[in-house]
Amino acid sequence: MNTYRHAAIMAALLLMCASSVAAPDAKRQAQLEHLLAQDCGACHGLYMTGGLGPELTRAALAGKSRASLIATVTQGRPGTAMPGWGALLSADDIRWLVDLLLQGYPAP
Amino acid sequence: MIRSILLFAATGLLLSACASPPLRGTGDLGVVVERGTGSIQIIESQKHTALARLTGLGDLSHASVVFSPDQRYAYVFGRDGGLSKIDLLTQRIDHRVIQGGNSIGGAISQDGRLIAVSNYVPGGVKVFDAGTLQQVADIPATALADGKRSRVVGLVDAPGQRFVFSLFDTGEIWSADFAQGNSPVIHRFKDIGQQPYDALITADGRYYMAGLFGEDGMAQLDLWHPERGVKRILGDYGRGQEKLPVYKMPHLEGWAVADNQAFVPAVGRHQVLVMDSRSWQQTATIAVAGQPVFVTSRPDGRQLWVNFAYPDNDRVQVIDTETHRVIADLRPGPAVLHMEFTARGDQLWLSARDGDQVQVWDPYTLKRLATLPASAPSGIFFSSRAQKMGY
Repeated sequence: MNTYRHAAIMAALLLMCASSVAAPDAKRQAQLEHLLAQDCGACHGLYMTGGLGPELTRAALAGKSRASLIATVTQGRPGTAMPGWGALLSADDIRWLVDLLLQGYPAP
Repeated sequence: MIRSILLFAATGLLLSACASPPLRGTGDLGVVVERGTGSIQIIESQKHTALARLTGLGDLSHASVVFSPDQRYAYVFGRDGGLSKIDLLTQRIDHRVIQGGNSIGGAISQDGRLIAVSNYVPGGVKVFDAGTLQQVADIPATALADGKRSRVVGLVDAPGQRFVFSLFDTGEIWSADFAQGNSPVIHRFKDIGQQPYDALITADGRYYMAGLFGEDGMAQLDLWHPERGVKRILGDYGRGQEKLPVYKMPHLEGWAVADNQAFVPAVGRHQVLVMDSRSWQQTATIAVAGQPVFVTSRPDGRQLWVNFAYPDNDRVQVIDTETHRVIADLRPGPAVLHMEFTARGDQLWLSARDGDQVQVWDPYTLKRLATLPASAPSGIFFSSRAQKMGY
């Protein structure tokens, strides 16, 4: 159990390091969080519980690869209503949003 | 003795008269949804004021509202499956049930006795008694390979105690006929096109039209002649070959018909599309500032107000229906989500979500008349919707 927790903390720290390379500043983070709740939330639900788009809660995303999530947000998913956000958001923005979702949004 | 009883009764009557609020109608009342806080405000168009805020309505992202025929009660459909009946006069929640897990909208029957809700989870439509919110019918949608059921969108009421709706995942239009009682007669129209995402019904209740997301075109059902089946119209309506990214699904509610022309938001493209409302052939396109979400007609039909998806959602453009010119480019933002005219069109109310305000505009002078504070407002609904089919 303890090892498990340590591993989880290590993973979280690694995630934080990875995303702090060029993390959006505090102001941008607030804008992105707002975008996530309000605009992503239009399809995925205000609480990411799903709608026309799938559920994006931490539980729903468990086991999904970070890279594929980043690719989905950047390029969209053909055949679905998910648009690519690469034209509107920077790569750092998208990485930060995906990490936020993987950590659980809204915060548990 | 008798005199004292009479005196007592008279005093009681007087007291109760003092305690009760002055009589009023509900024809100029409406509801503003505050999507972030699970609350609504009751608004009054004549005085440009908010009368009350009611809380505890759950997840109101994408919430919508219909009204009882007497325009006293508002039925609020929440994302989390909550169905709440609000008394606009006493400003209280009259009834509330959680009827599903994930919902997208609802409708009230022609006679006002039934409330239908369309659900993503569990996919289907549930129907409730409008007085008690007791369930009277359950219409599960077509099952999918994974065991879930198709999500249901574009639910509207239609003449003759019918509800009509579209199945997003399986590409169907169904009508549920409650004319003979609470066990509906269901008509299913299959292969109507890929991914119908929203629908509208013409003001006379004759044509039900679903916009398609998975392919170009709209699916149209003539409710005077359901035996003729669903036909495809507006073949160019859609994202086209390029499959443009769509940052917010357009809404077909509030679409406009004026001077035998129908105006609908294009999908993905920065255009409003115009079609002949007799032949349903496309006749023109109007270039606009962004991806349109709502194309809302002033009740006299002379002008359209159009709002847009992110990142152009701070703007609203006004279009002349005769010349197809954009005659005003307003910036009421940030994040204009919805626009609602009063029944006779003297006012337009709009929600600026990120400005935390509701604005009242004079649609003739294009001047702002008032601004009301609201917490992340989304939909605005006036009780006059009670008298309109498809609302």
